[in-house]
Amino acid sequence: MSVAVENLPKDVEVLDQPLESEMTLSMGPQHPSTHGVLRLDLRLDGELVVKAIPDIGYLHTGMEKLFEYKKYQQGIVITDRMDYLNPLGNNLVYVMAAEKLLQLEIPERAQTVRVLMCELQRIASHMVWLGTHCLDIGAMSVFFFCFREREKILNMIESASGGRMTPSYFRIGGLMMDLPAGFESRCKQFLDGFLDAMNTFETLVTGNTIWQSRTQGIGIISSEEAIDWGLTGPCLRGSGVDLDLRRDNPYSGYETYDFEIPVENDGDVWARFKVRMRECYESYKIVKQALERLKPGPIKADAPKVVLPDRDDMRKHMDSLIHHFLIVAEGFNVPEGEVYHAIEASKGELGVYMKSNGGPKPERVHFRGPSFVNLQALPVMSEGEMVADVVAIIGSLDIVLGEIDR
Amino acid sequence: MSILSDVFKSTKAVILGMKRTLSEIPREKWTVQYPDVPVTVQPRYRGQHLLHVDENGKEKCVACYLCAAACPSECIYIEAQDDPRPYEERVGRDERYAKVYNIDYGRCIFCGFCVEACPKDAITHGYNFEISVYNRADLLKTKDDLLITKQKQSKNYRVALSTEDVDSEYKEVDSVGIKFRL
Ligand code: SF4
Ligand code: SF4
Repeated sequence: MSVAVENLPKDVEVLDQPLESEMTLSMGPQHPSTHGVLRLDLRLDGELVVKAIPDIGYLHTGMEKLFEYKKYQQGIVITDRMDYLNPLGNNLVYVMAAEKLLQLEIPERAQTVRVLMCELQRIASHMVWLGTHCLDIGAMSVFFFCFREREKILNMIESASGGRMTPSYFRIGGLMMDLPAGFESRCKQFLDGFLDAMNTFETLVTGNTIWQSRTQGIGIISSEEAIDWGLTGPCLRGSGVDLDLRRDNPYSGYETYDFEIPVENDGDVWARFKVRMRECYESYKIVKQALERLKPGPIKADAPKVVLPDRDDMRKHMDSLIHHFLIVAEGFNVPEGEVYHAIEASKGELGVYMKSNGGPKPERVHFRGPSFVNLQALPVMSEGEMVADVVAIIGSLDIVLGEIDR
Repeated sequence: MSILSDVFKSTKAVILGMKRTLSEIPREKWTVQYPDVPVTVQPRYRGQHLLHVDENGKEKCVACYLCAAACPSECIYIEAQDDPRPYEERVGRDERYAKVYNIDYGRCIFCGFCVEACPKDAITHGYNFEISVYNRADLLKTKDDLLITKQKQSKNYRVALSTEDVDSEYKEVDSVGIKFRL
């Protein structure tokens, strides 16, 4: 430093100290641990975070506007692309909102299959969370084990719907198709190996002292603050608030399943981690129960003007063919009105507000994305923490940028 | 003392973790060596479309535009043509066929709505998934690329049987036992 100072002209003033002790660091949008294209504006005092401001919008796709130009049934494919780790949950909330407007009765089997698939998807989503969370903090091999479990679930979803990441499996009034032959035995086979995999994670992560000291006491948010910021899902339950829409506002027959809502009181990264890990076991229980009660039956509601007819029927009967033509070509009219429907997605309360003006296209569709709301609490959580801990906190929030920007 | 116990606990955690990781080495490998080994796709997998023909090679499509109406991304373009000739000389099975049938794969999102909509079973999803091209204009596929009689099927996929295990792709069990993939 001193060498350079000597060569400077006399009228230039050299400061030994930086002008202010705060430094602004831009983290992202290409940083791998921001889980997508999130940019964080970090105000740092040395290693300590003074303020962390999330800057979103890099992935904005204008989906909500797009819904207004698509028929109701065409909107399903758009929802796949919001939270791409939990597409079946997005499908479910969208079709259920439309079903609420249409006042459709969904048959038993379709309900059970929906619960079954959504819980499988929840496990898959938590697997990605666990893998990337560990990867961010520095545990590499967990990532591979997690993705192996997820791969089995994606294979099952692919066998049922044809798509891995974009299944579009649920339809307004039921399902796209019935489950394929052999699905149940595959599912059982997956469940048999799943507890063993969870054991691996418990050994590698939960019981690991290094992991514990990296997560305990970090990113604390109290239950009052969590409620004030509107947190939902595992982030809220990690702060000791016992709220789960599957139990408190049941849909698709969740009230008939026997499962627990894991709650932890500490409000730190470790608590949120434990809630999600325990949730995997609860989802495992629900999948098991759903498999047991899977009985043959219709998978589509009895509403010929809304639900596409059976393919065999359509080939043989003129009236079915006409309904088929009308539904595909013109769509179906949905009664005027507005609804809000919310489900417990893997990341929290996923809600949809839908307004219909009586035509075949919605007038307005708005989503309440859990990631979007949960991310807003990041400044509160990361204040006063180290830079390296910000990565851990983002991981514990389990955000998906596709849902935040929409 | 606490430093000592910290060191002891972390070492134990590392050893336990490494034990679990190392025990994976002799197990079956999960990575598919694509493209040397074909990947397994499920029977309902939605790949590149196929336009079907009947047993005499006549196109099944009657150009009813239903698939185009169902398509959420508006990527199907059809021009209809009447064909009053007798069945033997016709292109299509019925008296109307699609003179032009284009799918723009730059827009298609492989949702399967066109297949669901078709009343004649004329269009289905095939299993071809390697459709990347060097030129964006080549993504527009015409009838020549889509007809089942003309589309080349890739050798890099294998369709799973519905009775197969969920992870069958990764286990090649032969009479001796599990065969390893290198
Ligand atoms: S798969 Fe979907 S996007 Fe592609 S052509 Fe068919 S309807 Fe259109
Ligand atoms: S492919 Fe099927 S839906 Fe599309 S125009 Fe031909 S017959 Fe009609």
